[in-house]
Amino acid sequence: MHARRLIAMGAILALFAVLYMVLGAKGNWNFILPFRATKLAALLLVAVAVSTATVLFQTITQNRILTPSIMGFDALYVLILTVAVFVLGGQGLIRLPPLAVYGVNTVMLVLASLLLFGTLLAGARQDLMRMVLTGIIFGALFRSLTAFLQRMIDPNEYAVVQVSSYARFTQINTDLLLISTILTLLTLGFVWRMRHRLDVLALGPDMATGLGERPRRGQIEALILIAVLVSVSTALVGPIAFLGLLVVSLARLITPTAQHAVLLTSAALISCIVLVGGQMVSERVLFLAAPLSVVIDFIGGFVFLALLLKGTRR
Amino acid sequence: MIRISDLSYHHGRTQVLDQVSLTIPKGGITALVGANGAGKSTLLSLIARLTPLQTGSIHVGDLDVSRCPSDMLARNLSILPQNTEVAPRLTVRELVSFGRYPYHKGQPTSEDHTKIDAALQDFDLTPLADRVLDTLSGGQKQRAYVAMTYAQDTDYILLDEPLNNLDIAASRSLMQTLRHLSQEKGRTIVVVMHDLNYACAYADHLVALSNGKIRAEGHPSQVVTNGFLSSVFSTDAHVHHVDQVPVILV
Ligand SMILES: Nc1ncnc2c1ncn2[C@@H]1O[C@H](COP(=O)(O)OP(=O)(O)O)[C@@H](O)[C@H]1O
Ligand SMILES: [Mg+2]
Repeated sequence: MHARRLIAMGAILALFAVLYMVLGAKGNWNFILPFRATKLAALLLVAVAVSTATVLFQTITQNRILTPSIMGFDALYVLILTVAVFVLGGQGLIRLPPLAVYGVNTVMLVLASLLLFGTLLAGARQDLMRMVLTGIIFGALFRSLTAFLQRMIDPNEYAVVQVSSYARFTQINTDLLLISTILTLLTLGFVWRMRHRLDVLALGPDMATGLGERPRRGQIEALILIAVLVSVSTALVGPIAFLGLLVVSLARLITPTAQHAVLLTSAALISCIVLVGGQMVSERVLFLAAPLSVVIDFIGGFVFLALLLKGTRR
Repeated sequence: MIRISDLSYHHGRTQVLDQVSLTIPKGGITALVGANGAGKSTLLSLIARLTPLQTGSIHVGDLDVSRCPSDMLARNLSILPQNTEVAPRLTVRELVSFGRYPYHKGQPTSEDHTKIDAALQDFDLTPLADRVLDTLSGGQKQRAYVAMTYAQDTDYILLDEPLNNLDIAASRSLMQTLRHLSQEKGRTIVVVMHDLNYACAYADHLVALSNGKIRAEGHPSQVVTNGFLSSVFSTDAHVHHVDQVPVILV
């Protein structure tokens, strides 16, 4: 039953991808197609990274409302990068090999999120509202610290890191595409190997332990994978607040299942359809000035509110 | 045999278990009884390592619970925690299939499928196999959870208040299934229960806990007396006997 829906989604995605490549491609295709292909690859990468990180996070915290971005993971990445600019200076940062900067940032995000969220997650299911509040407070704290540091940095210096406070799908940081692709594929490999364990972890710590899993260890492994995926997507396009929530909620509606093999695939396909389709329509058809991320966050924000109200009333 | 020695446990300042030493004999049904808050669930969680040990030691057969690998423990001992409630949208068959996870780790073999079908059959769940748990009654759900534990096919089975939500037919049928498992297959079954009449009718061994200490232990016909009811449960109900089985009229 789910297989047919997944195939249909795959077909829609393929169609959107082709349209994105060829629509309005006047002039030299030898130039246009590789240029567009690079952007398409980056969109797909970001889409899959965001949806996968969200599924992982919702499974280990056993809730369907919170996502890494709502908990402030992306904001934390931007803060870490800003601290790096502050300490080394934009020019100093540029002189370092970009891979090293990216690597160090990713490692820092993994460590910081283990430190900040590692202990919090244990009580997530019992106290959803506390988690929501903590996430909002963390996010606000990270963002205001970032803003504070930015004010003390010369704007020209800051421009080199190319991160803003919202996602810009039109200005993808393609220098990092190769390393991002490798990192994402590696991470997805680990997630895929974990898929059956995730099914068990979703039953809650007691049931999972009874079935021979170690929930604490699973949470930590998942947190590391989440941090890597978040740093990939944030480095490429910037923070995206509600995309993950939107696409994973849609996936749960379209393919209701307890199997992570299906949920991960379905969420990834929907995420790609939303990003590629949305970008195709806004760039090629409507020539929109408003960035796609604003539209996605607007709709995703409504989903968040609706889930929150439904969840607390229950 | 489950050997528990010098087991103490506290939640913050509350002493939940106080120097408990206990041997649960191999084979047979052991009923664990005691007032609300006596520490029964805590004791089961410690045996199954759902809660880490603070002081004391627990051995399940040859396994030292504090040391043995998680998956090995799960192939020797299964537990149904109290008030189990799972979040995801599972069908009854999917839930019961999880019982086989410690063996197949995600890729069920034909033997696993046979055992899953048998568990569904034995708990009258075959007609409900493809229903989602959310759509079942409390008792039907409870049966599905017990069936999952049963499918785990372990020598030691711990059940925390499995009779909750079950009507009289389902309760008797569950206890008869447990008796069959213990007598025919030599399983060691520990059941937390509130209804002493079920304990007296089906258990081979009874352990009474109150305020974190063992108050009485032995065959139900010897343990359950008027004095026992007043000291462990602080009630003046009377014990009668039918065919030498103690019966409490309420
Ligand atoms: N998470 C907890 N925090 C504090 N106290 C707890 C917690 N869980 C249980 N307790 C206390 O431990 C005691 C034993 O609880 P429990 O083992 O659930 O009893 P039983 O299953 O016999 O009803 C109770 O007094 C209870 O208040
Ligand atoms: Mg209890």
